[in-house]
Amino acid sequence: MSKKRETELSSLERSEFIVRKERLYGQLLAACAVLTIAVTGGIILSLSGQALTFFGHVSPIDFLTGQNWSPLSNTPSYGVIPLISGTLIVTVGSAVIALPVGLGAAIYLSEYASSRVRGIVKPLLEILAGIPTVIYGYFALVYLTPLLDAPLPIRQTIIPGEFVLVVPSISTFNALSASIAVGVMIIPMVSSISEDALSAVPDSLREAGYGLGSTKFDVSTSIVVPAATSGIVSSYVLALSRAIGETMIVVVAAGESPKMPTFPNILENFTESIETMTVAMVNIASAESLGETVAYESMFAIGLTLFAITLTMNYIAELISRQYREEY
Amino acid sequence: MSEPDQETQAGSTDETGNSSLIETHVTSDTSVDTQGENPTSVVETRNLSVYYDEEQALDDVNLDIYEQEVTAIIGPSGCGKSTFLRCINRMNDLVEAATIEGELRFRGTDIYGDNVDPVALRRQIGMVFQHPNPFPKSIYDNVAYGLRVQDETVTDEIVETALKRAALWEEVKDQLHTSALDLSGGQQQRLCIARAIAVNPDVLLMDEPASALDPIATSKIEDLIEDLTSEYTVIIVTHNMQQAARISDRTAVFLTGGELVEFDHTTTIFENPADDRVEDYITGKFG
Repeated sequence: MSKKRETELSSLERSEFIVRKERLYGQLLAACAVLTIAVTGGIILSLSGQALTFFGHVSPIDFLTGQNWSPLSNTPSYGVIPLISGTLIVTVGSAVIALPVGLGAAIYLSEYASSRVRGIVKPLLEILAGIPTVIYGYFALVYLTPLLDAPLPIRQTIIPGEFVLVVPSISTFNALSASIAVGVMIIPMVSSISEDALSAVPDSLREAGYGLGSTKFDVSTSIVVPAATSGIVSSYVLALSRAIGETMIVVVAAGESPKMPTFPNILENFTESIETMTVAMVNIASAESLGETVAYESMFAIGLTLFAITLTMNYIAELISRQYREEY
Repeated sequence: MSEPDQETQAGSTDETGNSSLIETHVTSDTSVDTQGENPTSVVETRNLSVYYDEEQALDDVNLDIYEQEVTAIIGPSGCGKSTFLRCINRMNDLVEAATIEGELRFRGTDIYGDNVDPVALRRQIGMVFQHPNPFPKSIYDNVAYGLRVQDETVTDEIVETALKRAALWEEVKDQLHTSALDLSGGQQQRLCIARAIAVNPDVLLMDEPASALDPIATSKIEDLIEDLTSEYTVIIVTHNMQQAARISDRTAVFLTGGELVEFDHTTTIFENPADDRVEDYITGKFG
């Protein structure tokens, strides 16, 4: 008995080594967290610094309300609205495709597909996410645009059926094919993250639904999707952020002509070449006469604006998902 | 066996039958012997066997469930009692690996027949699960859910009646539109019962409905179950033998391998079982 007591007491003693080891682990992990925050902070700082210099030359009001973007001309003009509208056109266009299709694919994979089908289809969908975006860009330019540009009868032989949306005439570089390509590119992001969220909904909720005489569609739409709202919204936000930031597809397929949007015929905006914020930045960065010019600094102002847009979007999405969150 | 007209017939007799039987059973729902000598069987199984892949979960079960009684299904873990319950509303359809042999008739219709819709069946046979599983919605929407998916009108009155029937109304009447997940476990389980009876099923299946609850919540659920037989036929799986003895009219004892060893009036099973294994099981558990 007494021997046993002694061993127990000694095993209760605090080991300096273990304490130090634990502290070290904690510090290493904290360093990882700090690093990511520091990098983000650094980016914001460098963006803001250069953007502030820019706003010393061009007033923020002129920048944010100007309707003409021509930084490299002899009489430069720095109105960002054509660029924002270009980005918006591509983002909205791709969202119209990717959000419903991605969620539909996720619901199919999580609720309808057998485990065998899911095992095959899910990795295949994720391959889409691994295709370099420049390939999407050329796919849009070389395949999609001619298809959209073809006269109606030819289009109908390629894709049978009536076309409700008639695209009258389409430029070689156009926002429509770029939007479609960006939409296809972000589908896997929506479907994969949404599918994870849907699959995480406990089976007990599905059983409760089936037990009350729900069809599979009822269970999917009125129980599983609402319970997974916050995950689905995150997938949307990530995918839209990708679309907003997408550069390669847009520069290849939609061209580089900053343009004010036309109203009220919104669809017309899709048939023409546009320029997005990201493409404008690339243009400036690759221009010959670089240096501490106003045009160079305008790049950072666009960057900051882009950053503000994505940040706002993330915040709104957070509010939405909090509003509709159904915890289980 | 499964002509569609027969199905609708069964449905309509059930509705009129229910309302006329309420009165006659109010006085007799505590005693087995006054149930009458020729009770109507609601569910009948004939040579029912179930396999999960190669593993046999139920072995040639023949069992009749009688109208407006509480039938308890007891037995050790893994004896197939939950499997049996889940066959009755075809919940096992959701398990890819499950295969079902034999016949299971509900009001005369073979529910595994070709033209039986499991969704329609589950509207007649409600289910309450082992762990309370309210939807992450408001209390009101939980009760209304079944009516909504069945395209029936939801009225405040129906919701109130169902909650009263489940002995929950007094506790929640001022917070109907708050989340069901804020309720205690026992309240959640009574909400699940309210949700199940709101659509007015014929049969209620209960899979160890009180096993996750404390003794006070359990006794409330038990009182509720006895009370429910005035309108519904209840089949309850339980691992708690005192519970089976307290609340059921008949008891079926399953033993390992999915074999139905004995099925009789609950008093007979607990006082004078015919099979030695049943006696061993019951006395062994009671010590």
